[in-house]
Amino acid sequence: MILKNANVVFRDGVRRADLRIEGKKIVEIAEQIEGEGLDLTGLTVFPGIIDMHVHLREPGFEYKEDIESGSRAAVKGGVTQVCCMPNTSPVCDNAAVAYFIKHRGQDVGLAKIHPIGAITKGEMGEQLSEIGKMKEQGVVALSDDGKSVVSSKIMRFAMEYASNFDLICLCHCEDKDLVDGGVVHEGYYSTLTGLKGIPRAAEDIMIAREICLAQSLDLPVHICHVSTYSGVQLIRAAKQNGVKVTAETCPHYFAATDEIISSFDSNTKVNPPIREERDRQEIIRGLQDGTIDCIVTDHAPHHQNDKNVEYNMAAFGISGIETSFSFAITYLYETGLMTLPEIADKMSYRPAKLLKLEGGQIAVGEVADLCIADLSESYVVDSSKFVSKGKNTPFNGYTLKGVVKYTFVDGEIKYCEESL
Amino acid sequence: MLKRKDLLGLYDTSAEEISEILSTAVNMKKLLLQNIKKLPHMQGKTVTTLFYENSTRTRVSFELAAKYLGAGTVNIAASSSSVQKGETLIDTGKTLDAMKNDVIVIRHPMGGAPRLLARNVRASVVNGGDGMNEHPTQALLDFYTMQEKFGSFKGLKVAILGDIKHSRVAKSNLFGLTKLGAEVRMYAPQTLIPKDMDKMGAKIAKSREEAIDGADVVMGLRIQLERQQGGQFPSLSEYSEFFGVNRELMRYASPHAIVMHPGPVNRGVELTSTLIDAPNSKIEEQVLNGIAVRMAVLFLLTQNREA
Repeated sequence: MILKNANVVFRDGVRRADLRIEGKKIVEIAEQIEGEGLDLTGLTVFPGIIDMHVHLREPGFEYKEDIESGSRAAVKGGVTQVCCMPNTSPVCDNAAVAYFIKHRGQDVGLAKIHPIGAITKGEMGEQLSEIGKMKEQGVVALSDDGKSVVSSKIMRFAMEYASNFDLICLCHCEDKDLVDGGVVHEGYYSTLTGLKGIPRAAEDIMIAREICLAQSLDLPVHICHVSTYSGVQLIRAAKQNGVKVTAETCPHYFAATDEIISSFDSNTKVNPPIREERDRQEIIRGLQDGTIDCIVTDHAPHHQNDKNVEYNMAAFGISGIETSFSFAITYLYETGLMTLPEIADKMSYRPAKLLKLEGGQIAVGEVADLCIADLSESYVVDSSKFVSKGKNTPFNGYTLKGVVKYTFVDGEIKYCEESL
Repeated sequence: MLKRKDLLGLYDTSAEEISEILSTAVNMKKLLLQNIKKLPHMQGKTVTTLFYENSTRTRVSFELAAKYLGAGTVNIAASSSSVQKGETLIDTGKTLDAMKNDVIVIRHPMGGAPRLLARNVRASVVNGGDGMNEHPTQALLDFYTMQEKFGSFKGLKVAILGDIKHSRVAKSNLFGLTKLGAEVRMYAPQTLIPKDMDKMGAKIAKSREEAIDGADVVMGLRIQLERQQGGQFPSLSEYSEFFGVNRELMRYASPHAIVMHPGPVNRGVELTSTLIDAPNSKIEEQVLNGIAVRMAVLFLLTQNREA
């Protein structure tokens, strides 16, 4: 197949080009390629988005999401590879569950689904999971996402043992003792609403611990969903000191501030919480200067029964995989804060390199995983139209720019906007 | 009349609405002081108190207020209700709606619960205290008590001392008093002061003396023993010595200052017994005024509502 007349986002810039795809690969890139093809005039071709922080909920919580609905949501959002967190039921802490997830993803056959294995058995923070056996079944990283490994000793062992298998730990950073039942960011709006606040320090203390471990062991570590300005500063300083630390953030941390909790809408409840303008600004600076390597969604679909209750009782999480691309375009590109190649770097190239996945860039010989979008078209977020089972977003009514028109995975069209 | 379905908090209640409630309460208090306290204002209406937290005075105050106005009352305490069977708040509210109940007075340990209920039911919802958010009728009865003594709120200096952090009373007072033109000072151990309270118009004092200096109203807030167990201060006796209010400290207040407390009081902790029982203590008067204010709120919310 030939893709014609598109603006193509390469690592070093955006250029008009035609792409020839044969089988799973991009085999030719030229200003013009002769022959019949798909005319993409006016559209922009990105490398397929690699979302390395997603909750697909299967097995165990299929009423919230399953691998099929999550896969469909992914390709609708331009996401071609999904790394899914292990906090399922049973927990993905063994080869059998990893095998199931990987193969279920292949059976669905939309986005590529990569399981992330639990660091510790049952995510209990006590005993290491069978990391080697999980790696054989395709886990691409390790995480006890949803909580920190409380014991510094076990975390140290995890980082050391994971290095034997060339896997990296993705660390959810949260000092539960300091969180002490908090549900929102501690600040003006927690006081205003009387909802219990979570101080930045609860996140920062664990970020600092992981940095200390990585530094003393000279091993890599990855910090999940950074939400605080002070966390960005800690990671920046660590990188300057040569620590092998990488980090990610999510659209809700660069697009929103805690003012939105004053509605008491439990769809604003997410962990870590949405923080202040100062944090938002520093996260953007962190994205710009390379302190934050990746943009992920922390897509956390929930059933309305888990959200339509008292704020304190509602589940944490935002369903975001269908909107992350548009959030990046609207809040980072349209605002002039980042270029398209820089956004592709955060959403595709860096995750690919970090987890040693194929794809991540548009080049001859690379796999043809593509996200093709109209950047001039805008839409109003309406979660009732999400294909994810999780309709939980605080961003209904937001106008976003950038509509995904086609998603290619392994050279095949896996999503095409209905109107086309 | 109040052009609203619910009373959820004073943050989104205007000074005019507060004044209207207070002036209606003046008449209610007159009626309340009559020998026969049965009025027809809410005949044929039903008020349900739905309390997910223990309470004696607030629940009884609402119940009597409704009864004095001729309404029927139903009391649901969380322990004896279907809450324990796992029914959601919204479903409980819809069930009460189906039974043609007119007003739900809700107390709940979680902030925002009354709002969630109000969005989902036809009945008027009155917040009887939600978590660390608001307790609007308590603040309104405090205002009534202040107004009775001082006539106006302009320039009135109100000192609030005690557990500010966990106090919905402190917040409702702050939201209302700043709208009415009063000055609010607060003092507590730093562990019991929430973030950015100063940005909401409160003056966070550096000492008891600074808080009380020239104050017209000195309000104590209950210190709960569980805060000590949670490590927020070392002991009640240390609290009382460094953060409580006693007669010596009242010398800093205005000569005509009154002492208030939403109750129940820990004698000798936030306020000394001498202050609680002094002639300028309004603590019992607050309880009486609470009924008048709640009568006014129930009446104003229901008088013109279609069934």
